[in-house]
Amino acid sequence: MADISMAALTKVYPGGVRALDGIDLTIADGEFFALLGPSGCGKTTLLRTLAGLETASSGSVGIGGRDVTALPPGRRDVAMVFQDYALFPHMSVSDNIAYPLRIQKVPGATRREKAAQTAAELGLTDYLDRRPGQLSGGQQQRVALARAMACHPQVFLFDEPLSNLDARMRLEARTFLKRLQRELGVTTVFVTHDQAEALALADRIAVMESGRIRQLGTPAEVFRYPANTFVASFIGSTPMNLLDGQVAGGRIDVAGALLPVPEGLEEGLAEGEKLVYGIRPEYLGLAEGPAEGALRGAVRVVENLGSAQLVTLEGESGFVQAVVDEDRRLTPGEIGHAVPRRDRALLYRDGELLNRAPAESGPAGRPGEGEAA
Amino acid sequence: MPTTSPPDAGLAPRGAGGQAGAAPRPARDRDAAGLGRPRAAAFVTPALLLIAAFLVFPALWTIYLGLTDYRLTGLAAADPQMVGLDNFTDALKDDSFSHSLGLTLQFVVGSAVIGQAGLGFLIAWVMRNRRGALRRLVEALVLTAWILPSSVIAFLWIALLDRDDGTLNAALHTPGTAWLLEHPMLSIIVFNIWRGTAFSMMLYAAALGNVPPSHLETARLAGASGWQQLRDVVFPRIRGHILTNLLLISLWTFNDFTPFLLTSGGPEDKTEVMPVFIYKLALSNGELGFGAAISVLMLLINLVIAVVYMTLLRRRKEDAPA
Repeated sequence: MADISMAALTKVYPGGVRALDGIDLTIADGEFFALLGPSGCGKTTLLRTLAGLETASSGSVGIGGRDVTALPPGRRDVAMVFQDYALFPHMSVSDNIAYPLRIQKVPGATRREKAAQTAAELGLTDYLDRRPGQLSGGQQQRVALARAMACHPQVFLFDEPLSNLDARMRLEARTFLKRLQRELGVTTVFVTHDQAEALALADRIAVMESGRIRQLGTPAEVFRYPANTFVASFIGSTPMNLLDGQVAGGRIDVAGALLPVPEGLEEGLAEGEKLVYGIRPEYLGLAEGPAEGALRGAVRVVENLGSAQLVTLEGESGFVQAVVDEDRRLTPGEIGHAVPRRDRALLYRDGELLNRAPAESGPAGRPGEGEAA
Repeated sequence: MPTTSPPDAGLAPRGAGGQAGAAPRPARDRDAAGLGRPRAAAFVTPALLLIAAFLVFPALWTIYLGLTDYRLTGLAAADPQMVGLDNFTDALKDDSFSHSLGLTLQFVVGSAVIGQAGLGFLIAWVMRNRRGALRRLVEALVLTAWILPSSVIAFLWIALLDRDDGTLNAALHTPGTAWLLEHPMLSIIVFNIWRGTAFSMMLYAAALGNVPPSHLETARLAGASGWQQLRDVVFPRIRGHILTNLLLISLWTFNDFTPFLLTSGGPEDKTEVMPVFIYKLALSNGELGFGAAISVLMLLINLVIAVVYMTLLRRRKEDAPA
């Protein structure tokens, strides 16, 4: 029904900043889609251009098969939830939720009924007569969601939906958001700078950098096969180890440690070629003693992650981080040997991934119709 | 409103501990600067003396004068007699007083409440998203009218509106139109709008800066028109600024003497706003006692205006969420 398509979408701000640089992207109907990237990458501009709050410099935007490039925000049939929720402080919760209906000149009684109904779906019935200032952050967010839902838009746009909540509330709201989106089945695009949030919520993620999409894929694809070193270092709660290496006799020589070549990449590597060897800390095991194909280094920092420990080793290849079991006793200064999991190791040539993602790359988290764009 | 009470409730125990048996008002007991009462008083005394000498004394003196038949010259100047409230009752019965009051209200409503506040808001609203040269130019021009001395401005406007060689007549191709004679009230209203819009503009520009863009954008996404955005998002947000602004410019305009420099209250008495009326009465006609009585009445009217606005402002605070 309401897919979103963008073609060669470009936004240049006065002053010459290219916030969007020829974005081509199709978001399927009912998809929960994340725009992820560091600040200044253009993700918010893209969302605001979808909403119509920014005018594209060139290119086109279509929603549900309708070209909306030139339409004002009010006629695009989209609803947006802002980072600060943008609830009107002088209106009650009920009036806030019903505001879009009021603009559409829906009669008062119908409006109140609709607001009460939407509020009930989100567990806000007891707060209908309160002012937003009397609600907690989580409740305010749900009011903002209710306001977005009340007018049944074709598309939801969320700007950093979880960033104004405290850490515990955030997890709760994350689960809630995902369930809500599943139930409503409305195409939803959200912006976040938090990779964990994107991985947890989205069906598909676009990782952006300086106005371009650097990778587009399911959370599993983006996490397991980051297409380039930018995405590799951005995704993951602990940054991936990216080590300079060299092909040497069918192995990768990383500062003296001979590591096995990842599966399926034995062909096509030239002897002596310079590559980047990528391995996530989670896929590095710490051997009991000196081991074959291990990265050697002195333990410098041990960070307790609760159920695991993050160890930073300093060796000839620089700093290497590994996640080890919580029971392992480690003392700073001792020598550790980190052994990579071969099936999770990645190779980058000129910053681009060499590994091929298998056709069926793990559990694709898409509901209903499964055709990806 | 339960959310406003906790701060007071939190302070109460401390006050009660320091001052057994007294009402829990902690402020009296606390000495934030650590000066002690005598030294604190010494610091305040000079300011209080100045206020007493230049504000309280003249006010009381005016009230006293209003109760006499004091005149500028003649017998009553040498030996003024107490006449009680005669001056006040005479003034309230006097047609020229009510006439002047009516003109003043026209002047205040026309030039301040509608003119300055309206135009000031309009400029601030149009300029809200602009930066750079254009905005600075507009602000500079509007502010110039505000900072120039009244006498200079009055001279400029006399030149502008002059019957024979006036700039306005030249621009409109209406030679021989005596604006100050044919449209005296309109002239001083337009003059005062031109002169005083800067304050409203600056105040509203600052207030509009406090309206979160996301609120306006939410309204836009809902399909709200420009007017609906103003009504639903902007005005509720800056209501306090609007009332404060209206209070200030109403009082200033009510007490403004500058129209005298343009029209001297004429032709006849068509622009004899309250300050001009009093000036003529007390200093031209020499009826100091009567003039003083009307001054007191004017003070009371100002007070009423202030109280009305303050009440509206307070209601807003009670309405506002915590």
